Amino acid sequence: MNVRTDFPVQFDQNGNLRHFLTIKGLPAETLTGILDIAHSFIDFGKREIKKIPLMRGKTVVNLFFEPSTRTRTTFEIAAKRLSADVVNMNAERMSTTKGESILDTVRTLEAMHTDMFVVRDRESGAAHLIASHLPEHVRVINAGDGRHAHPTQAMLDMFTIRQHKAEFPSLRVAIVGDILHSRVARSQIHALNILGAPEIRVIGPRTLIPTDIETMGVTYVNNMKNGLEDIDVIMMLRIQRERMDGQLIPSEQEYFNRYGLTEEALRFARPDAIVMHPGPINRGLEIASSVADGNRSVILDQVTNGIAVRMSIMAHLMGGQEKSKWN
Amino acid sequence: MELSIENGRLIDPANGIDEIADIHVSGSRIKAVGTPSTGFAPQRTIDAAGRYVLPGIVDLCVRLREPGEEHKATIQSETRSAASGGITSVVCPPDTLPVIDTPGMVHMIHDRAEAAGFADVHPLGALTVGLKGTQLTDMATLSDAGCVGVSNALESVENTLLMRRAMQYASTYGIPVFLTPCDPWLQGNGVVHEGVISTQLGLPAVPEAAETVGIARDIALVETSGAAAHFDLISCERSVFRLSEARQRQLPITASVAIHHLLCSESDIGEFNTQFKVMPPLRTQRDREGLIQGLASGDISAICSDHQPHSMDAKLAPFSEAATGIAGLDTLLTLAWSLVRSDQLDAKTVIAALTANPARIAGLECGDLAAGKAADLLIFDPDIKWTLDDSTMISRGRNSPWFGRELHGKVVLTVKDGSIVWES
Repeated sequence: MNVRTDFPVQFDQNGNLRHFLTIKGLPAETLTGILDIAHSFIDFGKREIKKIPLMRGKTVVNLFFEPSTRTRTTFEIAAKRLSADVVNMNAERMSTTKGESILDTVRTLEAMHTDMFVVRDRESGAAHLIASHLPEHVRVINAGDGRHAHPTQAMLDMFTIRQHKAEFPSLRVAIVGDILHSRVARSQIHALNILGAPEIRVIGPRTLIPTDIETMGVTYVNNMKNGLEDIDVIMMLRIQRERMDGQLIPSEQEYFNRYGLTEEALRFARPDAIVMHPGPINRGLEIASSVADGNRSVILDQVTNGIAVRMSIMAHLMGGQEKSKWN
Repeated sequence: MELSIENGRLIDPANGIDEIADIHVSGSRIKAVGTPSTGFAPQRTIDAAGRYVLPGIVDLCVRLREPGEEHKATIQSETRSAASGGITSVVCPPDTLPVIDTPGMVHMIHDRAEAAGFADVHPLGALTVGLKGTQLTDMATLSDAGCVGVSNALESVENTLLMRRAMQYASTYGIPVFLTPCDPWLQGNGVVHEGVISTQLGLPAVPEAAETVGIARDIALVETSGAAAHFDLISCERSVFRLSEARQRQLPITASVAIHHLLCSESDIGEFNTQFKVMPPLRTQRDREGLIQGLASGDISAICSDHQPHSMDAKLAPFSEAATGIAGLDTLLTLAWSLVRSDQLDAKTVIAALTANPARIAGLECGDLAAGKAADLLIFDPDIKWTLDDSTMISRGRNSPWFGRELHGKVVLTVKDGSIVWES
């Protein structure tokens, strides 16, 4: 009596992408399609009139149950450049036993005829929950759920890699730091595997590496020297200081000595390797200032690209809707 | 009432019976199996051809939600659910509101169960006052009041010295200690098994060691305290190894497993399906097979429902915040039978694990069909196909991974103390 429950919520019955919740299970064509469209949007920000009417008359609600500045801002700009009406909701959320449930909040906003929700929450699975309890025409974009996924971040990272590097099947990538708590790392790993990167390494102390991480298609390395050897792309992760209570890492100093990306550590990688970081950066904890600001760093490109990539994802979801409406 | 059930396949593991036989009930007792004494004139005769006639099920882990959470369910509603699943005796953990740590609570639960009349309810008394793990309860008094054992429910007793004393004290009076082995530090705020699924979904995880460390500690304490211990809700294969060693050393230890751990594994959670959120969490396919092997070998001897009814809304939350548990009384035998149908276990093992074995663990005089025993029995039709939905689910809970799904096999009649308490 085995019950199958792994139907992907983000697709409709015809296999079209309805929501953007996780990179897992997306076909490579979908990812490259999003990257290609994003490319056409990239010069758009330099124009005098930065608007196209793709989402004119649509309402987008940025529903952030967890604080965020940069992600929320880039989503807002992306939606506005597509001519959507945007509402920002920074909602404090009580645990389920007290106050309004997350679904009640969403249903209330949906009753005001919202067309798209951009959702961030501290709990893994929040975006899936919301997406599976909304009417068919409403779209959901996951802007980060707990430790699970941050798919738009991974897409802008892929876009940035493609800007600077050769095709994915020739790239070796290292992801360094707190993989355990990182939704960014999980989404990056899925995206890199789908796009055909032949080798993905995760580097960090065992306390910050999830059990069975190999099942996600990566190799674990415990040190920077071996981990960065022959690497084309270094993706640093943010260490959340408040989480490091002396039980996951003994001290910031020991961590930085072992896993901080310094000029010396950078020499282990290929001479043309690029350095990425999803921000915000802890200088001197996971990355040295000279590396973060150095000529190998593409960290600011990531921020800039965030707008075009999010425009592309929104357009992709709304396009699917238009098609199904007119067919 | 006098009742005869004829032509059914009667399985009574305690008495070594598995044959087509008639069974006769007179008043509240079983009159005879086979041919009744001359002059027996039943008011009702039921033809059970093609069906199984089994002892009433004894379920060792059932939350009735009363007292304290009557908005979820009541003794009345859930014992009726039990009757619909052929369950005639339930053991309930002491984590009600308030906690079962006084004789008054025990009497109240007995009275309400008796008034409902669907199933016997046997409370476990609290092991520590308020389940807080700091002070022993009046265990002997609770036992005298009718508690079949003592337990700290899902609350860990962190203080190992207190746990040792609790076992020593319980053993003084021969009171069985029911334990859910768990190291609270390793469990932390985990909600799924630590492994592929926790890594993929980014959910806080409970490592296997939370259970194996807990069980190793508690077995060591049993060995030196002389207490009789029952471990419930065993979820991993390595725990079965510990149980097997303990059994080889002839320690007074028994163990049970929840039906969902025999049928499901972590991968059933899929994309955050909160219906599969249980504690201990669903573990790997290897663990599932290890638990089935544990039943076959006898290291685990009972199957329970771990019934935890919730409203529909309770599961509509992000996984970590969703309610824990499955409402499982309605489906216990149906699901257990699926293990027989798929040849994973034989009928005798499964039926014994639902009847005679749990009765013995809880010290109850039921679980078999010998003449003279209380007439607690059921008729099960293995061929009926039905769907668990709003119209068929008797429990007030709506939380089941099988809700909305077609099931195979159903209890069609339940007799409790000679009275028909369920018929469909």
